[in-house]
Amino acid sequence: MTFLLDVLTATLRNATPLAFGTVGETYSERAGVLNLGIEGTMYAGAFFGFATAYWTGYLELGLLAAVVVGLLAGGLMGLLTVTLGANQHVSGLGLTLFLIGVSEFVNRLAFGAGQRLRKIEPYPVIDPLGLGGLTSQYALTYVAFLLVVPLAWWILMRTRFGLALRAVGENPEAADAAGINVFRTRYAALMIGGALMGLGGAFFTLAALGTFTLDIIAGRGWVCVALVIFGRWGIWRAVAGALLFSFVYSLQLRLRILPGWEGVPFELLLALPYLVVIVALALSGRNVAYPGAYLKPYRRA
Amino acid sequence: MDTRGPIGREPRDAASDAPVVELTGITKRFGDLVANDRIELSLRRGEIHALLGENGAGKTTLMRILYGLTAPDAGEIRIDGRAVTIRSPKDAIAAGIGMVTQHFALVRPMTVAENLTLGRGRGVKLDLRRAEAAAREASERFGIRVRPDARVGDLSVGEQQRVEVLKALARDCRVLILDEPTAVLVPQEVDALFATLRRLAEGGMTVVFISHKLGEVLSITDRVTVLRRGRVAGTAETPDVGERTLAEMMVGRPTIGVTRRDKASRGRGVLRVDGLAAAGAHGLPALRDVSLEVAAGEIVGVAGVSGNGQTELVEVLSGTRRPTGGSIEVDGRRLGGRGVPEALGAGIGRIAEDRHASVVGDLSVAYNLVLERLDDFRRGGRLDQRAIRAHAQELIERFGIRARPDDPVRTLSGGNIQKVLLARVLSREPKVLVVSQPTRGLDVGATEYVRSQLLAQRARGAAILLVSEDLDELLTLADRLIVLYEGRVVGRLDVGEADPARLGLLMAGRDAEATSGAAA
Amino acid sequence: MIARRLGGLALPRRLGGMGSVVTAAPLLIPLAIAVTFVVTAAFVLVAGADPIQAYYRFLVEPLTSRFTLLEVLVTATPLLFTGAAVAIAFRAGYFNIGAEGQLLAGAIAAAGIGMVVGGLPAVLALPLMIAGGALAGALWALVPAVLRVRFRIDEVVTTLLLNPVAALVVSALLNGPWRDPQTGFPESPRIAESAVFPALLGRSRLHIGFVLALVVIAVAWFVLTRTPTGLRLRAVGSSPRAAAFAGLDVNGTLLRAALVSGAIAGVAGVSEVGGIQYRLTGGLSPGFGYTGIVVATLGGLTMPGVGLAALLLGDLRVGAGTAGRALGIPSQLGEIVQATLLLVTIGALALLAVRARRGSRDESATADTVSPGGPAGVQDAPLA
Repeated sequence: MTFLLDVLTATLRNATPLAFGTVGETYSERAGVLNLGIEGTMYAGAFFGFATAYWTGYLELGLLAAVVVGLLAGGLMGLLTVTLGANQHVSGLGLTLFLIGVSEFVNRLAFGAGQRLRKIEPYPVIDPLGLGGLTSQYALTYVAFLLVVPLAWWILMRTRFGLALRAVGENPEAADAAGINVFRTRYAALMIGGALMGLGGAFFTLAALGTFTLDIIAGRGWVCVALVIFGRWGIWRAVAGALLFSFVYSLQLRLRILPGWEGVPFELLLALPYLVVIVALALSGRNVAYPGAYLKPYRRA
Repeated sequence: MDTRGPIGREPRDAASDAPVVELTGITKRFGDLVANDRIELSLRRGEIHALLGENGAGKTTLMRILYGLTAPDAGEIRIDGRAVTIRSPKDAIAAGIGMVTQHFALVRPMTVAENLTLGRGRGVKLDLRRAEAAAREASERFGIRVRPDARVGDLSVGEQQRVEVLKALARDCRVLILDEPTAVLVPQEVDALFATLRRLAEGGMTVVFISHKLGEVLSITDRVTVLRRGRVAGTAETPDVGERTLAEMMVGRPTIGVTRRDKASRGRGVLRVDGLAAAGAHGLPALRDVSLEVAAGEIVGVAGVSGNGQTELVEVLSGTRRPTGGSIEVDGRRLGGRGVPEALGAGIGRIAEDRHASVVGDLSVAYNLVLERLDDFRRGGRLDQRAIRAHAQELIERFGIRARPDDPVRTLSGGNIQKVLLARVLSREPKVLVVSQPTRGLDVGATEYVRSQLLAQRARGAAILLVSEDLDELLTLADRLIVLYEGRVVGRLDVGEADPARLGLLMAGRDAEATSGAAA
Repeated sequence: MIARRLGGLALPRRLGGMGSVVTAAPLLIPLAIAVTFVVTAAFVLVAGADPIQAYYRFLVEPLTSRFTLLEVLVTATPLLFTGAAVAIAFRAGYFNIGAEGQLLAGAIAAAGIGMVVGGLPAVLALPLMIAGGALAGALWALVPAVLRVRFRIDEVVTTLLLNPVAALVVSALLNGPWRDPQTGFPESPRIAESAVFPALLGRSRLHIGFVLALVVIAVAWFVLTRTPTGLRLRAVGSSPRAAAFAGLDVNGTLLRAALVSGAIAGVAGVSEVGGIQYRLTGGLSPGFGYTGIVVATLGGLTMPGVGLAALLLGDLRVGAGTAGRALGIPSQLGEIVQATLLLVTIGALALLAVRARRGSRDESATADTVSPGGPAGVQDAPLA
């Protein structure tokens, strides 16, 4: 019982960055842009969030820095794919390579190559209900699941801006003809998405770990891309996927330290979520309804 | 020269007829094509104004400029006498202009109400209930039936058009532009649309009606401006002009040059299609029990409103769509539904409706000319470059293609691309030719060339199946006609007994009236 | 040099992002170089070094000594493989982002075979290892390829997701059955002596993997530009609908291109195991598969372009390693330059595509003369 509770508690914690990332990626893709810059954006959010908090001593400024980095990353993606109409796959990968390179460059410059970890005092775990266990979480976890996810859903599905965002992703010609500024809307989606990705990355350094290590994102950005498709571009479904992924991940973390499980290759269990997404894609097969203008730059004829 | 032509007239009474919209000197170039050349157009309040012209005459471009979808290179737009700059549809909407484009500007996964409210209103919140109420209210106010909560993707084309019209009206437009609105409608829907347009015009709305169909223009519009190759050929009060005058203004000469010679003696049946069935894009049956026969030296035309199975018929015969039933025989040999190589091997030559999807734009003319028969141009494991080039040189001369062998096909004009396709197909002397919309979007010269080539193939003894939405083209070229409606053959007639009225009824699926009409 | 070539090179539709393919507009090339320089110079300045001097050290100095020059070739070797692998797939319109995972699959196979072929002579052991690695790479590429052609599932996501899976398999092997029993490190035991790639020159790490890479590039160039197979691949990649209409086997072509791409990436892994590491290690590939995308894009998806781009990036990586230390600039500047070059290139190509669409027919026709192609017969289409 405690074991399951432990796993579920860890599930919520580990799902937090994924929730930020999937929501951010959903915004980009619903506006018609596949943002493979997510991995790099999360990485840069993690690093610059940490570095700012380290230098200033304020965690809040770290969060702010992660948001700003995310906004800039989204804007750069917009410049490439919306303004210039460059290929989205290569733009996103290039952005990821660029942001990881910049983060590690500044990291090396500022903190040196030494083995000594620079630590900050991260956000503590809080337990507003005093129940222990499941409710004992980082404030950012509460923010993610109780504020960001529902709010992001509400904005996407229940506001004029959300309607416009979905319209430019489905049929930019129609949106344009209806008087919506397609470029501006796509930029907005990419920048909001980027800010959320940056926050997702900052969760690692400012809450979970209190430090920055190389390869800190370790492919979680790619997982978010998969989860968005897995969730068929629905925010709740994508977040549910993130929880599922995180559950498997947390389970193997806990099993790993139990006696009698030493010989089990946990890497294969870790690989499971990736494979699950691929299998899910294979099963949903041809029925995957991509946003109508997915991967398509918009140009007036 | 007087660009207004012989029948151009000044407004009768300048004071009461003060123009709502005035376009002066509008010019737009695409590369070396001048789509609009110093165009002058004025629209009055409460009139239905036709913009008439052939495909490619520049009608749509002109109206896209007015609606802010295309930026003009030069020219001035005046609304209520004031010069305005329209940079985007948003500006146009603010100026009271609405447009129903040919490809509907609707978001298919969204509901009618969502589409109507898109880009409108204030505030942050999207109030769907209010949007639906507003849609219902507008629907009643303008007498246009729509279901606010229906998903646009589930609606018929006619219903979608109503949503488009309503969308423009709901934004309080004073000028409503409709681009080829009847192309996708059956006659009943056309009648309903025309009734709506008349009602709107009586209420003071200015309606611009883009069309290339003379009959429609004469029946519904008050004035007509004819465009020809990017220029204004003339403007007239509709009641003052007849069909013949307009046709002359449109094409710039009395008649189209290509004429069919006498009826060919019907040879043996080469292409025989029996009980053919096929599914369309959404898995729904698109062809049901289609049987037809085309003899050597004969052109059989396929008429029908677009979307009644013509595309699928051509695709099945071309080998790009698998039939779900029935049989296809060429020269008595049955095809097994095994795709394009089989169709090519059986001697079927194909000219598809979308010519840009038939050539690889990035590859050279020479490569495109051999793409269907690469195995004939190899030496060992290598491409026989010399033979490919010689082949290209020969076809370029024979078909008058204005390009060099190494030019990427994407740099060619539409007419020249069509010539490349003709050359690719005809150089193999096919027994059967399946041709779809061969002259759509081509200029007059290219059109004549393509038509004369088809007639030459007929004379050579090819069996030709010609699918066209251009009734004149069918009546000019075909020996016999079949009419497709909802995937079935609903009429078969010799071209001699086919008149537009009867064809129209058949195309609308009213075969009983068509038959009784013919009997009367 | 690369950049100048780029002017004449063109990418397929999906890479350009726009409807039409890109041809040269010479003005944009210096602009692209200038933008890359300005962006990356900012980082050099932040690091407190002089950009001009830094660039001299990064780009020129590696070419001035025998040792570093050969190191450039050593570093370029895996990039030649992965660049060619990615370029072939992209040319077919198959967006293989999984070269990294395919490389690792090839490395696993190479190590597995290399550890057990002690009894075989090198003439048997090496081909066996290469074939095994190619097969493993192709197998790793199989599932996404099948999903793409059968169910139209976007291969970008599936190939991408298999990369971490391959890394986890490597890690599972190194922490489990293959852990070196002598050292206890998470590294596999050394491969047999007969499985080690022979060195090409004395006192250098340069091995026959480099020659193998050049052979792959040459063969790929010949097939792409001189054979019906290559023409089919280009037609399918550039316009699948038109290719299908002409009767070409679109799905088969895609599938074969994907598998060949995976196989070549797999051989990259073989080359690293056999020529550099002599064992399977966790740090075998610092993202060679991803860099392959950079190489292919910079090379305009042509084989000569891939060759030059791989050499340029090899130069840059060696320079970043050695000169970076001398000037106190973190070697990650190399990654930044690489990524900036990529982003600026695709941005410039997209800009060209827009201009090509707007420009007149004559303009785009004259631009074709820059395209490399066969001297005789029908000239190669502008590397579409």
